[in-house]
Amino acid sequence: MSILVDDDTRVVVQGITGGEGSFHTEQMMEYGTNVVAGAVPGKGGQEVKGVPVYDTVHDAVAEEDADASVVFVPPAFAADAMFEALDTDLDLVVAITEGVPTQDMAKVYRRLGETDTHLIGPNCPGIITPGEAKLGILPGNIFSDGNVGLVSRSGTLTYQVVDNLTQRGIGQTTAIGIGGDPIIGTSFVDALELFEADTETEAVVMCGEIGGEDEEQAAKFISEHMDTPVAGFIAGRTAPPGKRMGHAGAIVSGSGTGTAESKIDALNDAGAPVGDTPEEVADHIERFLS
Amino acid sequence: MRLHEYQAKGVFADAGIPVPDSRLASSVDEVVAAVEDIGFPAAIKAQVHVGGRGKAGGIKIATDVEEAREYADDILGMDLKGYHVDRVLVEAGVDFEDELYVGVTMDRGEGRPVAMVSEKGGVDIEAVAEETPEAIAREHVDPAFGMHPFQARKAVYDAGIDRDIARQVSSILTTLYDLWEDTDASDAEINPLMVTSEREVVAADAVLNVDDDALFRHPDLAEMEDEAAGDELEAKANKYGFDYVRLSGNVGIIGNGAGLVMTTLDLVDYYGGEPANFLDIGGGAKAERVTNALDMVFSDPNVDSVVFNIFGGITRGDEVAKGINEALEAFDEIPKPVVVRLAGTNATEGMEILNTELVQVEETLEDAVQRAVKNAEEVSQ
Repeated sequence: MSILVDDDTRVVVQGITGGEGSFHTEQMMEYGTNVVAGAVPGKGGQEVKGVPVYDTVHDAVAEEDADASVVFVPPAFAADAMFEALDTDLDLVVAITEGVPTQDMAKVYRRLGETDTHLIGPNCPGIITPGEAKLGILPGNIFSDGNVGLVSRSGTLTYQVVDNLTQRGIGQTTAIGIGGDPIIGTSFVDALELFEADTETEAVVMCGEIGGEDEEQAAKFISEHMDTPVAGFIAGRTAPPGKRMGHAGAIVSGSGTGTAESKIDALNDAGAPVGDTPEEVADHIERFLS
Repeated sequence: MRLHEYQAKGVFADAGIPVPDSRLASSVDEVVAAVEDIGFPAAIKAQVHVGGRGKAGGIKIATDVEEAREYADDILGMDLKGYHVDRVLVEAGVDFEDELYVGVTMDRGEGRPVAMVSEKGGVDIEAVAEETPEAIAREHVDPAFGMHPFQARKAVYDAGIDRDIARQVSSILTTLYDLWEDTDASDAEINPLMVTSEREVVAADAVLNVDDDALFRHPDLAEMEDEAAGDELEAKANKYGFDYVRLSGNVGIIGNGAGLVMTTLDLVDYYGGEPANFLDIGGGAKAERVTNALDMVFSDPNVDSVVFNIFGGITRGDEVAKGINEALEAFDEIPKPVVVRLAGTNATEGMEILNTELVQVEETLEDAVQRAVKNAEEVSQ
């Protein structure tokens, strides 16, 4: 089982003719993802890696029955691409693009509330159901099929933790990188809710980082609504207050909230143990599953 | 990107927000000329990117030319919390009765902008927000419509602003929201918004932080970026386009992806070392970028050892290895020991081409970090 994507998911790639778009379309197809169309304004009628390209997402959906999209569109045009995807009522939109202006995302997020679409990202590695499909840029070979769900704000940290799990023979149901920007489509709580409802997910890893209060909200959700055990990891314990650590979102306000300490305390209090290292996270998961 | 006060005031004034008469000066003579023009009292304010300038001696009020000369001499050239002051804003002092606060920012938890007004301006507004949050009236704004005038009025009434100036304050808040939106700001604030004895309002300070990701559509604002405003190494990182933060330890850290780099920092600390920096080479880095990253870290005199932690996704291990080789082969002797850990996309290809005579290689993150910490201990002894 899985959440949000499986081998039936029919994918349209927005920005398929670009460098990243075409490279990762190939990677996704090699992994087994059912990429049915591309959408690039002005490039309708072309083909990329054998995939037909349409001028609009609307055409791609009408002709190829796509139900999900992956956005590989440069930051200046990414919000428009997300609006276009939302306008076609797709089930899922995964926005990989890094550097989308925050005010653009506030408008997209506002529009998202009027739809039934799940938006993942932006500035994220995407989503993968091992052995079935991946939508995004995650390296497929480190994942394995199993019963642990994973949700993370950071791409490379996702890979690190998955590697620690896979090395021990612990596979995953679905792994989602939700992205590190201040405004994102799918939050920890949204993902945890989906994992809780998934009968095959027996444990969940949640990787957070400094900045914002999403982890604190997730801790509240875990203590109030989850039976599935969760183990956490929080990056940025050593980050100095007031400095932006890479992600726009990863900044400690200095006023007590958003710090690694407040997130770790909130998760521990919610019964979700937080590992000091990725290895310790895998230890917790191993214990949950035994 | 953070604008200086004088730059922000320029933007605010252009939008129609009243600001005091002022001149920018970079020498004592220029300050004297400015005060003779503006009159007394006159504030002399250091233009550097630090908070709490007043308490640190960076803002003084001169009542005559002699004082102006003396204060200008004190402030120009001073070191303010690590920043060199080379310019001051000379500004007409405002005779005020009240100090208010108005601001617009993004409420990331709500995913919507929020406009704020308080009659408790002129002090540390973050302390007000923490201790007496009810003293700040907040109005969330639908980003699809922008702020309606009624919302600005509501915020002003909710904040208990005196009726005789309510109209002026709500008009300023509306203008501030519009300019926040127009400039793709993350924060736009006036603290204090001074109320004069004639019951006029004037922006005595101005804060404008612009979203770096949106600078591509604001070339005029991007030009205001003061590259000399930060640490020398941070300026160099800016030139290379890295996310870089200089820290106080001696283990240099290079990695890809903010979360993984932060985790590497945390593990250095966990294993008893101290991180010298945060350096994220970003996604999809090519060899040249890797070479630049090593140049950055080697040019920090505090660095005693380096750990390179790459987990490839969009970044390819062979490109990283090529960059490491190119950077290190240029040296007769490697300045500091380098530990490399490569995993993920094309890691095997990367390991095959990596020049292992120049670097130490570890398979896992934990081993790589522990080795780098040990190297740093040995070098620093």
